[in-house]
Amino acid sequence: MKLLVGPGRPGELKVLAAAELTGLRPEVEVVSSQQERVVPFLVGSPLPALLLPNGNFLFSSNAICQYFFTLNGRGPLDATNQWLEWEVTQLRPAVCAALQTAVVQGRKGEDCVAALRGPLSHLNQALIDQAASCLTSDAVTVADIVVWGTLYPLLQDAAQLPADEYGALREWVRRIGNLAACRKAASAVSERHGAQVFRPSLQKQPAPAPLPEGAASGPAEEGEAAVDRKVTEDEVRAAEEAWRRGLAGLPKPKRIQHPVLPKKAERNILVTSALPYVNNIPHLGNIIGCVLSADVFARFCRLRGWNMLYICGTDEYGTATETKALEEGLTPQQICDKYHAIHSHIYRWFSISFDYFGRTTTDHQTRIAQDIFTRLLERGFLSPDTVDQLRCERCERFLADRFVEGGCPFCSYPEARGDQCDLCGKLINAVELKDPKCKICKQTPVIKTSRHLFLDLPKLEDRLEKWLQKSIDSGDWTPNARFITRSWIRDGLKQRCITRDLKWGTPVPLEEFKDKVFYVWFDAPIGYISITADYTEHWEKWWKNPDEVELYNFMAKDNVPFHSVVFPCSLLGAEDNYTLVNSLIATEYLNYEDGKFSKSRGVGVFGDMAKETGIPADTWRFYLLFVRPEGQDSSFSWCDLMLKNNCELLNNLGNFINRAGMFVVKFFAGTVPEMDLTRVDKQLLALVMWELQQYNGNLEKISPLFQKLETEHIEDLRRRYGGQKAPARAPQATPGADAQELQELVTKQGNRVRELKSQKAEKPLIDAEVAALLDLKRRLAGSKTAGKK
Amino acid sequence: MRAGRSAADSRCLSGCRSGKMAAARVELESLEKTLGLRRRNKLGPSPSDSAVPVLQTNNGPGLVGLTTIASHLVKVAKKEALLGSTAEESAIVQQWLEYRITQIDRCNSQEDTRVVLKELNCYLEDKVYLAGNSLTLADIMVYNGLHHIVAGLTHEEREKFMNVSRWFNHIQHCPGVRQHSAAVIFMKNRLYPSVH
Repeated sequence: MKLLVGPGRPGELKVLAAAELTGLRPEVEVVSSQQERVVPFLVGSPLPALLLPNGNFLFSSNAICQYFFTLNGRGPLDATNQWLEWEVTQLRPAVCAALQTAVVQGRKGEDCVAALRGPLSHLNQALIDQAASCLTSDAVTVADIVVWGTLYPLLQDAAQLPADEYGALREWVRRIGNLAACRKAASAVSERHGAQVFRPSLQKQPAPAPLPEGAASGPAEEGEAAVDRKVTEDEVRAAEEAWRRGLAGLPKPKRIQHPVLPKKAERNILVTSALPYVNNIPHLGNIIGCVLSADVFARFCRLRGWNMLYICGTDEYGTATETKALEEGLTPQQICDKYHAIHSHIYRWFSISFDYFGRTTTDHQTRIAQDIFTRLLERGFLSPDTVDQLRCERCERFLADRFVEGGCPFCSYPEARGDQCDLCGKLINAVELKDPKCKICKQTPVIKTSRHLFLDLPKLEDRLEKWLQKSIDSGDWTPNARFITRSWIRDGLKQRCITRDLKWGTPVPLEEFKDKVFYVWFDAPIGYISITADYTEHWEKWWKNPDEVELYNFMAKDNVPFHSVVFPCSLLGAEDNYTLVNSLIATEYLNYEDGKFSKSRGVGVFGDMAKETGIPADTWRFYLLFVRPEGQDSSFSWCDLMLKNNCELLNNLGNFINRAGMFVVKFFAGTVPEMDLTRVDKQLLALVMWELQQYNGNLEKISPLFQKLETEHIEDLRRRYGGQKAPARAPQATPGADAQELQELVTKQGNRVRELKSQKAEKPLIDAEVAALLDLKRRLAGSKTAGKK
Repeated sequence: MRAGRSAADSRCLSGCRSGKMAAARVELESLEKTLGLRRRNKLGPSPSDSAVPVLQTNNGPGLVGLTTIASHLVKVAKKEALLGSTAEESAIVQQWLEYRITQIDRCNSQEDTRVVLKELNCYLEDKVYLAGNSLTLADIMVYNGLHHIVAGLTHEEREKFMNVSRWFNHIQHCPGVRQHSAAVIFMKNRLYPSVH
């Protein structure tokens, strides 16, 4: 074990004495005062510290002393524990305070005795009561060493203690001080650190929580330092000019004329959100992952005056709809109509500003999908093959992927679905599942062969690579999107089956396959195109115009491979100058409290439940964006929603705006007056402009799309912009009177509250009046400081 | 709250100190339950400082001091393992008991609290318990001292002090430890993945 010591540390003496007394010889290392982190986990550097053989640290000098004694066979007793606890809680702080005073007021050591009357009397009395030569018995214990060690700097010899008052104590101090171990320890310490080390003036106070290096300045100072970011004269002039021109100097808000079409020499942005499956009511995770994220970017684009089209819609084909239709006794088309309306309604409530929210069950979809298909066929990118498919005899259907469940062939996850494993994310064919079961009737399905068409991804790999590299380099892909795409390709591209034995879907335009439809992951992304076609006949200006259009796809991470590999391959193979994705923005998963959203188990907030809570859509939007899962999965929490609303929206933003507004109403009759800008005002404006430019720059470069603002940054901004009173000139007239007026109001309001409480009025009423009282008090405090300025 | 026996007591009746005494009493009584001690020991304030608890014993002036009394109760309950099984462990237990009554209990400001949380978070990075490999009195007393602090942290802060949260959650679920304090809820899923 190694003992680390440093100069002027009061604990060193007792520790050395204890070591001597118990015959231990730890290696001693002197630590320089500059060295930080003597004990790795403690702020500041408490010394002495003992490094134990097993790597642990003892940083408490009392614990070190006890340790030595324990090793020596003298373990802790109630009596010694009691003294040690008294020493650290009562004696040591008093001694430190006395020494500090001695240094500050230049008092001599003797005067410190007077300052320590309480503890010294206690000691004296205890010795008398004990009627023994040491604190707990006639033998020297750890208690004696610990207490003596702390007292020594003050009373090196007992001579300073008046004999009549502290007779017993004097005796004891002398006795302990004369022990060989103690004398040796004292001389070792003064040898090491110089003879002056025990003089009160040189004693450092061992602060319980020592100030960190470079003592923190108060908030006011930090705020000022931040404001001192240098603004150039040009920036100041520009800000002043902008202020002078006011609204007239701003570009006119763009009037959106539908249909929105790309324009030459302007920035043209096509934004899509992953098409929600019509049958599933979206939950909060779906919403933040797709439509809400895209919506924020879409609104930003509009504000910046770019040509932007935001397209989305419901993905309607597939067996799930077919099954649901049978359940509800409707046709698939009727199901889709019903649920499409539900989706549309939900997104409207959330203020999602689609330019067009369509559906995939249109003639456009059939035409465009079949066209792409035919072109792929003509260019040799499709090949037929027989496929083993799972057919449930009881249900008399070929089982679509989502209706088969079994063990994943890669990771053995027992609930892998037929097309993708939820756990490892790998794409699989349903027939590869271990011990598959039909999800509906739990019967084991049989394998039947069927002929299908395959998209030859390997054949398209070269051009995919070429395009992908360019897109990733020039566009804004989120890191997870890039990673998932790369691992997908690295695993090796295979033939993907793009047809299915189903009825409800886009029919395959080939005689041999006329009873089959397109597989959803071939078909659905084409929905983006067909929905645009539904929106405008000039859809090709968006979708066959890669040179002038930037395509942004928003989705959750499980959709990435289809948007970054399968769909682009289909479009590349069609060789029709299709616009391909430039920026792929993928989120991670949003969980619900400690678990996951689950419609079947009724866990989580779905669809219009949000509306039913009575919490406004904007609050939901704010919170979901706040916890948007970007680099990692995150979680929705009710508690946190409340906290964020109350602290961020209400107390910060809301209060800030409210106060400014009330100030204008109260002192300027509701109109912001004309102002003469001072130098400081102009600098502030220039800083605000600079911040705004940074903000715009950050949002334009999407990835990360949403920069999380760190608490320190926010604090900083709040100090900067909240500290100055707005407007710059407070009315100089009678600040005192204002304070007086407010004071009267406060008193009156206070009385009202007291009255209500004694009347036992309704709680909401009392709460409202209390809130009003607090507000008045805040204003009173504010006006007082204004008056002082 | 029991009145002290000496005249000196009536002098030290500031609300703060009597509040501290009440808290110490509750804590020690909880500890008795945790230790399975059925006989309720008599606790009162110290004549010299009403915030410091005294355990009245059959002979003598009584045992003074929160951690002293706590260690004594452990021995009465014959659960010495809670005080550490080796000399090293025992020293570490003692050290953290001291930390509890000096650093934690003396937190006066947000700044102090942050330092404590930071230190503990760093220390607990690679440890399940404060001392050794099993629950000790150190875990119990530090948990008690930290309870009001941890309960008052936001989710974001609890994630920031992840190791403290993990240790705290573990200790509060150890059988018998949590007697009267409310259970603090910790989220398993990350809300703020970008913290750290």
